[in-house]
Amino acid sequence: MNAVLDNFDLVLRAFGYTVFLFLVSAVISVALGTLLAAMRVGPVKVLRMFGTGYVTLVRNTPLVMIFLFFQLGAGKIFDALRFTWVDIHIGPFDFTSFFSAAVASLSLYTAAFVCEAIRAGVNAVPLGQAEAARAIGLPFSGVMSQVVLPQAFRASVPPIASTLIALLKNTSVAGVFGVIEAVGRMKGFTNDYADQRWGIFLAFAIGYVLLVEIISLVSTLIERRWKVA
Amino acid sequence: MRFTRTKAVIATAGLALSLAACGNAGEETDGPDVEAAENAADNFDDGTRMKELADAGTIKIGVKYDQPGLGFKDAASDTPTGFDVEMAKQLAASLGITGDDIEWVETISDNREPFLEDGTVDLVLASYSITDERRQVVGQAGPYLVTGQQLLVAADSDIESVDDVKGEEVCSVTGSTSLDNIEAEGAKPVGFDTYSECVEKVLDGTVSAMSTDGTILAGYAAQNEGELKVVGDQFSEERIGVGYSIDRPEMCQWIVDTITDAYDSGAYEEAFNATLGPSGVEVPELPEMDACES
Repeated sequence: MNAVLDNFDLVLRAFGYTVFLFLVSAVISVALGTLLAAMRVGPVKVLRMFGTGYVTLVRNTPLVMIFLFFQLGAGKIFDALRFTWVDIHIGPFDFTSFFSAAVASLSLYTAAFVCEAIRAGVNAVPLGQAEAARAIGLPFSGVMSQVVLPQAFRASVPPIASTLIALLKNTSVAGVFGVIEAVGRMKGFTNDYADQRWGIFLAFAIGYVLLVEIISLVSTLIERRWKVA
Repeated sequence: MRFTRTKAVIATAGLALSLAACGNAGEETDGPDVEAAENAADNFDDGTRMKELADAGTIKIGVKYDQPGLGFKDAASDTPTGFDVEMAKQLAASLGITGDDIEWVETISDNREPFLEDGTVDLVLASYSITDERRQVVGQAGPYLVTGQQLLVAADSDIESVDDVKGEEVCSVTGSTSLDNIEAEGAKPVGFDTYSECVEKVLDGTVSAMSTDGTILAGYAAQNEGELKVVGDQFSEERIGVGYSIDRPEMCQWIVDTITDAYDSGAYEEAFNATLGPSGVEVPELPEMDACES
């Protein structure tokens, strides 16, 4: 365990990157997923088809392939997708092209799953609710934002939480694509301190368990607070 | 119909040409022939691992597949090539095992110790630097080569030494000693799974430089002639050795003796010239090897 304790600042920074990857991707993917869900249940056929197409395509693609695309392919098609224009530095953290490509991959991937979780929530809202909202003259955007989505979100909290937990664990893929997050650092440690592999592995595994526990606690809290009487 | 046939011919011709190109690239790095010792089993005491291997007539050796000049295998070839591979052949030959009977196993930086511990491989020659931590769990004999970390940059880059990469993004392989060293020098580490991805990032300008052992970089510079160059003095010392199971300490002296013999007979020089020579590196003297504890 000495390797972990002696280099605890490095461990914290590595998990810091994990948390940043998670937070940024979580916000983007929930926003994008909500938009996609609205498209899929909306009245415009083109948008419905786009939403369905997106979810089908992305959900059936392994995350690593999306990462590979953004690290090696996307930049060759559109120069902006190299993300070299991102150059933010906060304290010991650097958010540059590699971090951005990881966020893009994780967000676009997770959005498809968030979309489906919310769509399940929308389906759980009784049809009468939407009909009543339309009857009082609300346009589609009003029906969705005032009546359907607030109820849908309540029903979607558990599946979205599962999706976000998966997202947290998926951030580990970024470790082999240029971001020295927890798994990237763990590989460095196991390579340098071959005699302490078990301790290092255990320490990082516990780190992930702690983070996942925080997400499930928050989700339980929200679920209780939002519970429909 | 005719049109499609023409296209097929063109496609086939193109494919054949590109395959031929691959073949040529492979031939350059093909090593010299190594003659296996006859009746090698008689040279070893009963109960030693060397005797067991010589009797079995086959050996499993872990090498890297993505380091041109050291341990490299492209998709088109059946066997890896490189200096590490040639040294492995020398060791196998002293057991009476020819190159054809060596079972090559691809290792990456991360799985070398586990492979030796669980017996997946008998030996590891995979630019395996000797460290005290590693010697806690595996045996390491040598070094047979001493190299150091340098920088690989684009041919038109202004970077001249390690001082120029402070604050810049420099890539290497996730979990390697090189990545830690570059971080200690003040650069921002970027880790990839393989060296080839890292090279790709230097070529397209996303990162300023790649850093690892000079011998590995020289191989890539030779592969991308005119586009990449190796710069700066070595800023670390990596002592490349042979990994073996810690439960078989008798292998240490055999490895040291075999490599010394290979150096004395000129096979070391021949192997070096055939593999790392084209990158312009001089044949080094054999480093003084660590004494074996027994």
